[in-house]
Amino acid sequence: MAAPILREAELDIGMSLKKAVSTVSPLALRILAECPVTKARACDLTLPHCTVNTPVFMPVGTQGTMKGITVDQLDELGCQICLGNTYHLGMRPGPELIEKANGLHGFMNWKRNLLTDSGGFQMVSLVELSEVTEEGVKFKSPYDGKEILLSPEQSIAIQNSLGSDIMMQLDDVVSSTVSGPRVEEAMWRSIRWLDRCIGANKNPDRQNLFAIIQGGLSAELRKTCLDEMTKRDVPGFAIGGLSGGEEKDDFWRMVTLSTDHLPRQKPRYLMGVGYAVDLVVCVALGCDMFDCVFPTRTARFGSALVPWGSLTITKKQFAKDPQPIDPDCQCPTCLRHSRAYLHALFKSDTAAMHHITIHNISYQLTLMRSVRQSIIDGCFPDFVRTFMKRMFPSPEQYPSWAVDALATVSITLE
Amino acid sequence: MKLELSRVVQGCRLGVLTGLGRAGQHSLEVPGCLLYTRCGSVPHLTQDTLHTLKNLPSVTQLTLDTLAEHQEVLEEFKEGAGKFAGLHDTVLYCSLHDPATSSPTGHITNKTVSVWGSGGRIALSVAKFMALQKAVRPDLYHSMADGETWPGNVSRKRVRKSVDRTLAHLDECLLLHHRTQELAGVEVLGVVEGGDVLEERVRSARETAKRPVGGFCLDGFHSAAMDQNLRTQLIATTVKELPEDKPRLLQGVGRPDHVLSCVEVGVDLFEGFFPFQVTERGCALIFAFDIATDPEAAGTGPQAPPTARCVPEAPVDSRIVGELDDDKPEADVVENNGPGYQEDQTKMTPFEINLKDKRYRDDFGPLVEGCGCYCCRNHQRAYLHHLLMTNELLAGVLLMLHNTAHYCAFFTALRVALASDRLEHLKKRVLMGQARG
Ligand SMILES: [Zn+2]
Ligand SMILES: [Zn+2]
Repeated sequence: MAAPILREAELDIGMSLKKAVSTVSPLALRILAECPVTKARACDLTLPHCTVNTPVFMPVGTQGTMKGITVDQLDELGCQICLGNTYHLGMRPGPELIEKANGLHGFMNWKRNLLTDSGGFQMVSLVELSEVTEEGVKFKSPYDGKEILLSPEQSIAIQNSLGSDIMMQLDDVVSSTVSGPRVEEAMWRSIRWLDRCIGANKNPDRQNLFAIIQGGLSAELRKTCLDEMTKRDVPGFAIGGLSGGEEKDDFWRMVTLSTDHLPRQKPRYLMGVGYAVDLVVCVALGCDMFDCVFPTRTARFGSALVPWGSLTITKKQFAKDPQPIDPDCQCPTCLRHSRAYLHALFKSDTAAMHHITIHNISYQLTLMRSVRQSIIDGCFPDFVRTFMKRMFPSPEQYPSWAVDALATVSITLE
Repeated sequence: MKLELSRVVQGCRLGVLTGLGRAGQHSLEVPGCLLYTRCGSVPHLTQDTLHTLKNLPSVTQLTLDTLAEHQEVLEEFKEGAGKFAGLHDTVLYCSLHDPATSSPTGHITNKTVSVWGSGGRIALSVAKFMALQKAVRPDLYHSMADGETWPGNVSRKRVRKSVDRTLAHLDECLLLHHRTQELAGVEVLGVVEGGDVLEERVRSARETAKRPVGGFCLDGFHSAAMDQNLRTQLIATTVKELPEDKPRLLQGVGRPDHVLSCVEVGVDLFEGFFPFQVTERGCALIFAFDIATDPEAAGTGPQAPPTARCVPEAPVDSRIVGELDDDKPEADVVENNGPGYQEDQTKMTPFEINLKDKRYRDDFGPLVEGCGCYCCRNHQRAYLHHLLMTNELLAGVLLMLHNTAHYCAFFTALRVALASDRLEHLKKRVLMGQARG
């Protein structure tokens, strides 16, 4: 009996929103290939500043800069989209200034696409004194102690000033390790906030707003959230509330449940995921976009990503090693510098970090390009098997969650 | 290596140092500066960012301060520090010390000097010093020297000892140099010491000039060690003892006004560390050196010419850029010689602006209008202000690019001015038009 009523409500909301958003969103997704075995797909995602080849990893440039890398260097690595953090940029230098500089693109002089988060996640994770109410997230500025309210409208207003190509809705973030009624409350609130965000977007013709699927680790709540949010005519969806310390077995199940119910013709962004194995598995589960601070953060501690894991270049064992980080890597660092030199340079100059940051971004982008090519070539399952073989010394070391997750999309690992 | 002087104007030597590098295919125009590095890298920069700059100095400076701790690695590597650091197509000059950092004093003995790496002090005997040169494989280097002669707290006796030791080290270095196959074709510069004692300066120069050296390093004149007037007086007398046809490299001096005065007393080469120091304090070089227009007509306004007292006394942040403290008695600076004088290396000079200053928060202009460096072509002052306020690594990258470009362009302008008899014009421009940014 309840079902027909719900369907009516659904229709209603759908209609009214379609009327409200009369402009066609500045995004087009062209599916180039779908893996016949898994849920993986290769798409061209056209955004205002350029077309993004997916699956894509998006490096994170928190404060309007990519950790010592110039925008030209990032561009030369083939980066088509990167992230800026609304919370940080909203604090310093502030939205007014960035708007004066022609948005974040103008401020940092980045010619490709930008994605900004809502600022909510940072607030909850970085600022101690934050309180979530129906109005929004309340917090004390760490700079001047002033009480600030980040409402859905406020978040979108800041992101409108930043001028990002993709904006994220403000969501009610609950740690993925929390369960119970708070998770359900957050899910419903995130849906209400999505509607407020859609209504607040001043630039629907220039800036895409993505919804964020919440619901914690409960399949039921996730499904409800998916049903509700997919009724809204948003240009893309993110899978949120994961990658926060939950069990990997819970994580992948929530991912695959989400992609099962997300519309085929819209991009799917899995937030906060960036480890190579996670990327490959979640592409198999049907995700298109990923972001993570890990590759750039770990670089600053001397950790270089390689197809067989990582190398901590500051370790003594590399002091006399004449090889590049990865002999097969074509990045500017590997073409010029040895492990031994990077090891030595780490003791005297920040340029050592820049070299590894460049390599790590290149590693992530190259990995995703190879993933994409294999999907287009129709050999993605083989790619996954080869990738796993290279990453782990023996099949016994394959993480069981990855084996299980891949099995659900018909990839069996030896 | 050969110095060909094309003209000498008001004591300034304009020319070109040719036959540099093992195959002798490189040259360096004088007056000029070297490219500053630490552990073989220009600070903050990768080769890709560095090479966005055109007209970089053809000689790169390496320092034992940053390389000595890697001796064993370099010895096994066998192909020299240049190849190790991924440096191609540049002449390598190896010095003992990093001119941008000051080492603790009191660790010099009759037989050793010390360098300070990331792991602490490394004592170098002549034998070890030469083993390092063999491992580093530079195209030119200066001989081992005892440079602890800061006036104010060093006795005449100590200064004499430093000259004696440095000459003894030179003879020993030359002996080993000629016995070392790997150093064939490598040039050695002799080091002139003598602190602030004129007779010792003269003796050091005269004795060093008797040795078969390719050129001279003038040591113990660094910004921290003495006042500019004293420096120029001593240098003027010292270089009279040196042959005209060999280059003179002045260590530890980098400020544009000091460079100009030192060039006027016959200095040819400077270490390029000044842009790095400016970068490290979050500042950008903005002083004018274009001489296409008349400086008086350029609206720079009357300002006191810089002297030693231009070193701002107030903390950088509270200081109004470009305003000179005229009330400060010059004597203060001279009295400050000695360890206390160190301070000025981290303080702003009148040739730069502090990008952390609030006024640049919404300044959407480039660091220097018309500057062709990567930073000025792509970024605004407001962005640099933001990067500095948020402690972002890119601030150092962009400032280092601009400051290096600006400093190198200053040397180019200096040579053009000398070639076209417009030195006075350039001096006015540099000294009067400071920091109007
Ligand atoms: Zn690489
Ligand atoms: Zn510039």
